[in-house]
Amino acid sequence: MLSIRALTRPGLEPVSFGLAAGECMAVRGASGSGKSLLLRAIADLDPNHGDVSLEGRSREAMSGPEWRRQVTYVPAESGWWTERIDGHFADWTVAEPLAVALGLPPSCRDWPVSRLSTGERQRLALARALVQRPRVLLLDEPTSALDHDSGKAAEALIARHLADGGAALWVTHDPAQSARVATRVLGVENGRIREDVA
Amino acid sequence: MTYIHLDYADLALAALLVVLNGGLSVALELGVERRLAIAALRMVVQLTLVGLVLTTLFALVSPLWTSLAALGMILFAGHEILSRQDRPLSGLWAYGLGTGAMLIASVSVTLFALTTQIAPTPWYDPRYAIPLLGMVLGNTMTGISLGLQTLTTALVRERAAVEARLALGATRRQALLPPVRLALRSAFMPIVNTMAATGVVSLPGMMTGQILSGVEPVEAVKYQILILFLISGGTGLGSMAAVLGCAHRLTDHRHRLRLDRLTPASKS
Repeated sequence: MLSIRALTRPGLEPVSFGLAAGECMAVRGASGSGKSLLLRAIADLDPNHGDVSLEGRSREAMSGPEWRRQVTYVPAESGWWTERIDGHFADWTVAEPLAVALGLPPSCRDWPVSRLSTGERQRLALARALVQRPRVLLLDEPTSALDHDSGKAAEALIARHLADGGAALWVTHDPAQSARVATRVLGVENGRIREDVA
Repeated sequence: MTYIHLDYADLALAALLVVLNGGLSVALELGVERRLAIAALRMVVQLTLVGLVLTTLFALVSPLWTSLAALGMILFAGHEILSRQDRPLSGLWAYGLGTGAMLIASVSVTLFALTTQIAPTPWYDPRYAIPLLGMVLGNTMTGISLGLQTLTTALVRERAAVEARLALGATRRQALLPPVRLALRSAFMPIVNTMAATGVVSLPGMMTGQILSGVEPVEAVKYQILILFLISGGTGLGSMAAVLGCAHRLTDHRHRLRLDRLTPASKS
């Protein structure tokens, strides 16, 4: 579904791989090895070179925003641009079931963002990406600040995205999580990327 | 019209006040006496030179020399805009954007006033053109500096928020709208405050000057109102051009945030 050929950017050596529908690939490597750079390059958030396409349609054939609505990057540290939580969602009624599934109360819609803990932010950032129903999720440690239960809830939601025919690249430091959620593993070391035996 | 002629002795008498300040600085060990003296001296030299230049310009009434003087003022003000930025755009954009925006805004507003409301003959008479441009320029410069400084600091500070929107598929226009609004608001603030406080808290320099030189207060007030309208027009046009231009430069055709186009942050 997602095809990446000779993708490169400063700090990253050329990399090629593909991702099939329903497939999740873990991305592993030490901090600062270039995992986030890889995800940002695929999402076209930083200048980069290479042939990237989604279902045969080249990235360059779409505008940047159109591409990112389908190939959505969820950074490790989420950004918030307005005070209230529901200001970050086009339609809160669609988002609410996801928030509830992630263990947040429905009443959180009018909370100020400043009230959220790191873990709550992380969960809502995931919900914010999922409600747009992207084809590919680029997840940067999406459960790093979550306790066991919310981590499981997040994994379940992402599994549902995969079951619906989506795909995901999932940066994780946890070998157990990697084995649990992904069928393939990309190893990143000093900007060099190769596929590992899972 | 009558005005009271000043002798150099009168100026020397007033300069005693600066000497008094210097004495205060020495007595209280403020350590500003040197800078005070240099600043006062600079002021005298600069203004004397400006007086000579203006006398020559007014005698010449030449379109060429008048525009050269105008250009010199604009280039100098452009330098001032640049020096008020913590992290300006990199390369030629740093100087070019603010100066270009200021040039377009202040020149068009001044030409507008010279060809319609004030309309001297010839319209480019430096006696009107240069002071008008000077007043519009000074305020436009402040607006542009504030606008650019607010935009760049807001984008650096709110980078995660802007990129979160971009990552979710917002266009650069949507994602940058809050910082752009903030920047334009702060660019407008000085002129809004000036207009609101004028006549109550402060008497504007130009109006006071006209009154001192014998112009009827009602006439001087009319001039002041005109000038303040021109200034707000120039500030609005200039800051809009500079802030939108800067927002455009800090994003690209793929709707990416390009903070790499700012000069690198210093250590402090």
